[in-house]
Amino acid sequence: MTRKQKRLALIGSAIGVLGLAVGLVLFALRDNVVFFYGPTEMAEKQVGPGVRLRLGGLVKTGTFVHLDGKSITFAVTDGNHDVNVAYTGLLPDLFKEGQGVVAEGALDRGGIFRADSILAKHDERYMPREVADALKKQGQWQGDQPNPAAATAGAPK
Amino acid sequence: MIVEIGHYALVLALALALMQTILPFWGARAHDAQLMGLARPLATTQFLFVALSYAALTYAHVVSDFSLANVVENSHSAKPMIYKISGVWGNHEGSMMLWALILTLCGAAMAYFSRAIPARLLADAVSVQGLLSVSFLLFILLTSNPFARLSPAPLEGADLNPILQDPGLAIHPPLLYLGYVGFSITFSFAAAALIGGRIDAAFARYIRPWTLAAWCFLTLGIAMGSYWAYYTLGWGGFWFWDPVENASLLPWLAGTALLHSAAVMEKREALKIWTIFLAILAFSMSLLGTFLVRSGVLTSVHAFASDPQRGMFILGILVLFIGGSLFLFMLRAPALSQGGLFAPVSREGALVVNNLLLTAACAAVFVGTLYPLALEAWNGGKISVGAPFFNLTFGPLFAPLIILMPLGQLLAWKRGDLLGAAQRLFFAAGCGAGGMLVFAALHGAPVVSVIGAGAAVYLIVGSFVEVFGRIFPAGLRAPQHALARARGLPLSSWGSAFAHAGLGVTLLGLAASGWGVEKIVSMKAGEAYDVGPYQLQVVEMTSQQGPNYKEATAHMTIKRNGSIIANIEPSKRFFFTRRMATSQAGIETLNFGQIYVSIAEQNADGSLDARLYWKPLVALIWLGALVMAFGGGLSLSDRRLRVGFARRAVKASSGKASAATSNAS
Repeated sequence: MTRKQKRLALIGSAIGVLGLAVGLVLFALRDNVVFFYGPTEMAEKQVGPGVRLRLGGLVKTGTFVHLDGKSITFAVTDGNHDVNVAYTGLLPDLFKEGQGVVAEGALDRGGIFRADSILAKHDERYMPREVADALKKQGQWQGDQPNPAAATAGAPK
Repeated sequence: MIVEIGHYALVLALALALMQTILPFWGARAHDAQLMGLARPLATTQFLFVALSYAALTYAHVVSDFSLANVVENSHSAKPMIYKISGVWGNHEGSMMLWALILTLCGAAMAYFSRAIPARLLADAVSVQGLLSVSFLLFILLTSNPFARLSPAPLEGADLNPILQDPGLAIHPPLLYLGYVGFSITFSFAAAALIGGRIDAAFARYIRPWTLAAWCFLTLGIAMGSYWAYYTLGWGGFWFWDPVENASLLPWLAGTALLHSAAVMEKREALKIWTIFLAILAFSMSLLGTFLVRSGVLTSVHAFASDPQRGMFILGILVLFIGGSLFLFMLRAPALSQGGLFAPVSREGALVVNNLLLTAACAAVFVGTLYPLALEAWNGGKISVGAPFFNLTFGPLFAPLIILMPLGQLLAWKRGDLLGAAQRLFFAAGCGAGGMLVFAALHGAPVVSVIGAGAAVYLIVGSFVEVFGRIFPAGLRAPQHALARARGLPLSSWGSAFAHAGLGVTLLGLAASGWGVEKIVSMKAGEAYDVGPYQLQVVEMTSQQGPNYKEATAHMTIKRNGSIIANIEPSKRFFFTRRMATSQAGIETLNFGQIYVSIAEQNADGSLDARLYWKPLVALIWLGALVMAFGGGLSLSDRRLRVGFARRAVKASSGKASAATSNAS
């Protein structure tokens, strides 16, 4: 092999691997990305049934119901809109009415959000940042008060 | 008073770091051996001052000095002593102090153990290291002062985040930081080489021990973090493709590529520019990880507090070092001499493919980690990129490595014999195929697990084919002097064999996760539940008092075929001060597999909701990482790779250079 051929082989394999990587990333980004919405955004965007997404907000006070077995239902609210969520399984340690929550799943035809996982990622204020942002967007939570607007958001309207 | 001394020592360390940045660099330009020689005492003293400062902060935590804001926010007088000491780095300010401590330790180590290295290169490298110290010490003093006082001092503290009150806190951060920051040494040398404008094969020898050490620590740190998440989060998962985890995987991938390209550079003087680039990349990824974790752009247990000012400061550091080094690279790299060429089928060729795949995998993880952040900054849209993305991109890029790894080891330098190497792997491939059959018969579906496990067996066996061939050159029928040959083999050969096999062990553990059993049940006392080949039974529930929490424990037995083989005690802890609950999973290791139970609160009817898992071979995931680090350690203790060897090599090759070195030292 000449010098030139050796160099070409090197460059060729580099481009090959790079092309493979770019192709995989683009392909994966198309189908495997999950959007995060608050209840209001969900209503605005008119999300159809079956679309996977993450729903974040506060667990509305007084809506948490234990069904038989390990099935539960509750409503996620940001003060303006509520979304009913159904979930089967164990809840994370920090799950509580009036606290922030992130549920991943999809709407069913009846408009109920079927969650297959409830996330327990919390920062020091026990409020997922996405939830805090969503609440700020809705004007439910101004500034960084240590005690977020759980009371107002959870209050029955 | 002690606190003020600590604060003052930190300021003094900053002054020393400034001197360390300027004086040796100036000395290298002015050819002043005395100025260059200052690098060593400056770096060492600076480390001592930071250590003193760190000790003062630890003292404040140990005696619960609640006049310190940092102690009030993160400690409690009833907290156990181990968490008072390790809790120092369980918060933003303290973890930056640990970062600075390890950074200056690295600076001192590189200045002290580098007598073999040409004086000018060392002087420049220590200067760059000094600039890193300046940046991070300034960051601590200006935005994250751990010594800020409170007046009046509260009587009690807010306690440490309960999730962090775990022995893992004592082990995981120091190991991870030694890995992260260890790459700063390689970075500084790369920057110095670019400043000096000359690199040769000896350069790879200088950086190899540091890279290897950082890589070992990073491997252990990541594995420890993964195991901690596994047993503390109660979900039975060990890797979530969380941005914070990715932040540690990125430098690991870049560092692994660097290790291999440095080997090519050392042996064959090829890939020089690429090696320099990887040295910059590895530490850049460490810095990026620090930015992601410490700036508060991410939500996680690692992001202690978000303060935009801190984020901007770290971003500034990031731009300065990554941008600066890449700019230097752009200016100087074209002028560096090209290395030798090689046939595509050769050890070098295989290592190039390794590097391509590793950096491509690194890039894929990078995109998946940063794309959501970029999108949010772009149009405010929030998305999450989860496991499916990474499985689809990282998987196909990493899988070829597993097949190629044993093959590459068997190829000769310069020009290899692909067919011959493949023939020598017949046995390993046979073991892999046999493994697939055995696993398919034992466990069956899913197919991915069977294939993965087979590939893992092939990799473990294949990793040792090379050393086996050197111990038994005439095959097993002529085993004379085998023991002597095994002893005579360089430790680095054993090291790479073990490191590769370790990856195989980890892969086996990962593949086996497909055969796991998961059950969510409401357990009643006395009833038995089948989990995999075992039966679990609740004997009783008790509650007891811990130092700063109360705990509800389920006492359970594990039975197999009716006889009790072990007891486990999963529990739920409730911490008073932060009014927060944590789960302590009950884990029992049985034949490298684990029974894993995490419980929820007791229901009104006395039943107990619980997750029960049987995870076959799961322990291999972390044992594999231990084997990898062991391999790295073996390689590190190879006599030929020690820094002292480089000195003898320099002396032998050029008397003039060694004279200059010894004058300077």
